[in-house]
Amino acid sequence: MPGFDFSNYNRNAALHARGVPLPKATSTGTTIVGCIYDNGVVIAADTRATSGPIVADKNCEKLHYIAPKIWCAGAGTAADTEFTTALISSNVELHSLSTGRDPRVITCMTMLKQHLFRYQGHIGAYLVVAGVDPTGVGLYTVHAHGSTDKLPYVTMGSGSLAAMSVFESMWQPDLNKEGAIALCSEAIKAGIFNDLGSGSNVDVCVIEKDKPTQLLRNYEKPNERGEKERNYRFPRGTTAWLNQKVISKEDMKKYVTIETLSGDDNLAAGEKMEVDV
Amino acid sequence: MGSPFDINGGACVAMVGKDCVAIACDLRLGMQALTISNNFPKIFNYAPSTYLGLTGLATDVNTVSDLFRYKVNMYRLREERHISPRPWPTCPVLAGINQTTGKPFICGFDSIGCIDFAKDFIVSGTASDQLFGTCEGLWEPDLGPEDLFETISQALLSAVDRDALSGWGAQVYIIEKDKVTQRLLKGRQD
Repeated sequence: MPGFDFSNYNRNAALHARGVPLPKATSTGTTIVGCIYDNGVVIAADTRATSGPIVADKNCEKLHYIAPKIWCAGAGTAADTEFTTALISSNVELHSLSTGRDPRVITCMTMLKQHLFRYQGHIGAYLVVAGVDPTGVGLYTVHAHGSTDKLPYVTMGSGSLAAMSVFESMWQPDLNKEGAIALCSEAIKAGIFNDLGSGSNVDVCVIEKDKPTQLLRNYEKPNERGEKERNYRFPRGTTAWLNQKVISKEDMKKYVTIETLSGDDNLAAGEKMEVDV
Repeated sequence: MGSPFDINGGACVAMVGKDCVAIACDLRLGMQALTISNNFPKIFNYAPSTYLGLTGLATDVNTVSDLFRYKVNMYRLREERHISPRPWPTCPVLAGINQTTGKPFICGFDSIGCIDFAKDFIVSGTASDQLFGTCEGLWEPDLGPEDLFETISQALLSAVDRDALSGWGAQVYIIEKDKVTQRLLKGRQD
């Protein structure tokens, strides 16, 4: 990784002092939670992405893949959670290939915290790391500055207080899978309804020993939009236009050879990657 | 001194229809409140049915569009095929139809590369707040190319009329599987 370039730092500080605002990044003002149970671990997230006070995406994905049995929920700067988890996912895969063992949650958590600590909090990724490995069930939180926690139930993001209130009043030490899913979903809903930075739907990921991981995208949709009673379709010809240019396939045939491929998904000629087996 | 995102003004929007997509932009180039040009298109074409809309600081719109043209040309020479509309983290609004699957595709980015895959619409620019409102109200699923043209045009024109930094005419592309129609809209010149 090339790393950060601080050569414009003084210029930017001077501009900021004169009133130039910082560019807005999409942030996941978020509720994310995780909870372990007898045989595995559940993580869950809301699906709202915000840019300042504007809802930028109403159904984004905050549960990120690290390895088949290690997943991550991300809060903070959206681009940072996306790319940090993608980077660590690649490194975890390479590590497990070179050691010939299944990746461990604690390895992934250590790689994340060392990466984030090196960047002194400038990478705004706040993560819940969860998974199952040969040593058992793992659930950790990682803060942007590199500190970590290991707890039976965790919450992060702007809705963490609302979500934690649910865990603190309803969590029990002997939860089963269904109970853990219901509790996490309830905690996310507390964030969705009580925290302005969180909203829309609940995504859940269940990682269990000796079972395939389940990603339950939009497990609950408590904020579905009602059917519009009327439509606002404009009659054709409403918009005045001055001129138009049409580029059709027939015109292009004068200059190049065009062949139509079938709509077969498996075909995607030339787009398939060749894999050495 | 304003934010670099607001100095030159401009707006861009993309929408999904039935087997088609549309992408539209305004034509203003300004320096704060002074309009310099009413012929500054912000949509660039990189392959048959792959279009990219860029808003923000005009010098960066030019730089990014040129850099991207270079990268796409190099890709085409190296791979001997065109790019497909798929995310590439440098650009704000991307619209097109995948030539092999025929599926419409749009997505948006923030300035540091966070991708927003949407199945309805993507907005960007100084009029983005207004565009969110007009698109949320006017968009509906499965609009045909002609209806999608009316919807995206009215959404854009209404939004830029409420933004001092955008407007001065608009340009719309309606992208279908084997046809692209470009239209210049009549818009307010104040």
